[in-house]
Formats: sequence, C-alpha cells, structure tokens
Amino acid sequence: MEEIQDTQGALWEVFIQSKKGLPFKHVGSVHAFDKEMAVQNARDLYTRRGEGKGMWVVPASSIVAVDPSDDQSFFEPADDKVYRHPTFYELPDGIKNM
Amino acid sequence: MGAEKLELLFQERIDANEKIEPRDYMPEEYRQHLIRQMSQHAHSEVIGMQPEGNWITRAPSLRAKKILLAKVQDEAGHGLYIYSATETLGITRDELISRLHQGKAKYASIFNYPALTWADMGAIGWLVDGAAITNQVSLQKTSYGPYARSMVKICKEESFHQRQGYEIIAAMAKGTTEQKEMAQDALNRFWWPSLMMFGPHDSDSPRTGNAMKWKIKRESNDVLRQRFIDKTVSQAELIGLTIPDSDLKWNEERGSYDFGEIDWDEFWSVVKGGGPCNLKRLNHHKKAHNDGAWVRKAAAAYAKKHLNK
Repeated sequence: MEEIQDTQGALWEVFIQSKKGLPFKHVGSVHAFDKEMAVQNARDLYTRRGEGKGMWVVPASSIVAVDPSDDQSFFEPADDKVYRHPTFYELPDGIKNM
Repeated sequence: MGAEKLELLFQERIDANEKIEPRDYMPEEYRQHLIRQMSQHAHSEVIGMQPEGNWITRAPSLRAKKILLAKVQDEAGHGLYIYSATETLGITRDELISRLHQGKAKYASIFNYPALTWADMGAIGWLVDGAAITNQVSLQKTSYGPYARSMVKICKEESFHQRQGYEIIAAMAKGTTEQKEMAQDALNRFWWPSLMMFGPHDSDSPRTGNAMKWKIKRESNDVLRQRFIDKTVSQAELIGLTIPDSDLKWNEERGSYDFGEIDWDEFWSVVKGGGPCNLKRLNHHKKAHNDGAWVRKAAAAYAKKHLNK
C-alpha cells in the first residue's frame, strides 16, 4: 500500500458574507482534506462571534490572480475612458434630480 | 528591473504607507524578517493555550469554565489567523511547525512560566493579554497586508480576554485574606515577565532598525512597554493590589511612570531555554502534534478515496 504523508491538508481560501445582501469578503485561509472539513474548519475559525451569514471556501490552487508587476498595464485600458464616469458630462446649470 | 531599483521602489511604497501584499515584490530580508516574527507570534498564541488549558478542568464554576474554554479556543484561532497570514509568504504550515519543534522558531517567553493558582488565570488575562494587546494594536499598522489584517481581527477579540482576566483577579482581590494574597502573588509573579514581553531595550534590539525602516514594527519596544505600564498601574490600584516595583513612581514632567530595571539575565536565560517550563511546553506541543498524525493520515486517505471514486 502506498504510504500516506502526514500533512496539514490542502489550503482553502475563506470568504465570508457578514450580512445577507452584502458582498463576500476574503478573511483568510484554512487547511482541510475535503470540502466538508474546509467548511467546518472555516466556520470554527472565522465565525466564532456571528461574523457570518454566508460562507464560501475555495481551494487556494483554483484561484487565478493577476501578477502585481503587470497590474499597471493590465488595468490600463480603463484609464483613457473617462467618459465612463458621470462627472465627465457637462450639464446645464440648475439641473435637478440627475 | 534590477534588484536595486526594485528595492528603491519597494521602500518608496513603504514610505507612502502602502501595504505590501503577498505577490508583490519584497526584499528577501523583509520576507525572512516577517516569517520569523509572524511565526513566533503564531507559535506564541498556540503555546499560550497550555498554561490556561491546564485550568479548564479546575475552573471554580461552570461560568468560569465556559469562559476559559472560549478564551483558549480564541487563542487557537489567533494562532491560525497568523499561520494563515504567514503562509502567504511562501512557507508551509508543516515547515513552520517543524521549525518550532526543532527549536529554530521561538515563541513568547512568558508562556515558559507556570500557572500555579486560579489567580494566575486572572493575571494572565489582565497582564499577559494586556501586554499583547498593546503590541498588537500597534501592529495593526504594520506594512504587510495579511499581517495587519490578522491583527485587526485579533484586537477585536482580545479585549474580551483582558476583561475576563481582570474580572477574575478583581474578584479575588475582594475576597478572603487568602484569596487576596493569591491575587497579589499572581501579580508579583507575572508583572516582570509581562514587561519582558516587549523585548530588550531599544538600544539592545539589533533587528529594530530594519523592522522600523520597513514599517514591520511601528513603535519601539520601550515605547510600547511604557504605554502598557502607564495604563496598568491604576488598574492595579483600583482593586487594591500593589505593583511589585519599589522604583515605580509617577513622573510629572514626562507624564509617565518611572519604573525599575528589568532583570535582563532572567529574560535571556528564559529565551535561551532556561525558564521553568520551556521543555514541558515544547514537549507537550510535539506530543499533541504526533498524537494527531494518525487523524491527519486517515483524513488524507479518506479524501483520496473519495476523489478517485
């Protein structure tokens, strides 16, 4: 039989929704061997004081992140499209409710 | 980009109070400094469960027992928050624990002192957690993002720890003569080791320079120690206990307390393994870890079986 290594299990990233209707926010990570254990460990670790109404756990290896050294050029396309912001537009004085 | 240019840009970001995130460029010494400091911090939380865990079965009431259980569970949680943050620096949990077991990584020396009486549960919460809070509030502004965020979470939970400790010692200080003596004795034994938690004087702290330059540390050992003393003295007076320092005196000019010299020989001796419980604490951690090996292996085998189905 194949030897099983003694490890802490895989790394899972934890996201908590603090109130219904709010976005999920990253809070940290846990180690676990499967989904069920990841959810239980995350609950015990990150919601001991009712911090959570919703929770996601994601295998850390499944997360795709942008390389920070590329972030300037990566996010650049937005820079020259100022017309996407409402403040770009000239409106007559005295306009209301817009 | 050359290494020099990268380091320059890195320092500019630090100087502008930007947080450094896991995948950002950072000098290798910055990474190693953080791994050392954060793992020591995480190990302290975990080893810190031992002196208090020892009293769970002997708590004087069900209320006290539930509170102590919750407190010790929080310490485990704090250890895990910081391990999680440390792992973002590219080191595994297994390696962190292995370094602790090999004696390459340290933990706070305060936990090498024994908890002899129930009053010690009070002194630990009040003084040890109080000193830790002083340090951790300052670390909320540390330059490494994951570390700073874990400190914010921890600080929210710590004030429960300090209050439960103060409640215990205040109750004993109001009790029978014997109970009051126990409270004073706990303060006598934990006062100086608590002051030592802030580390050596700034002038004897070789790594402070880089830590301040990189804003890993935001305030010096001596500044933090003074702040802790200044807020703790009146808390002792309020419950009729005496701080065991004959040199302790309010200094009007400085707006702070003057205090006696710490026994630095004792400090270094405990750091180097000569404290009353060093061996016991580490051996207990090793045993608990090794006793759990079969559970981790079984969980790994179970997960693998279900993955292959």
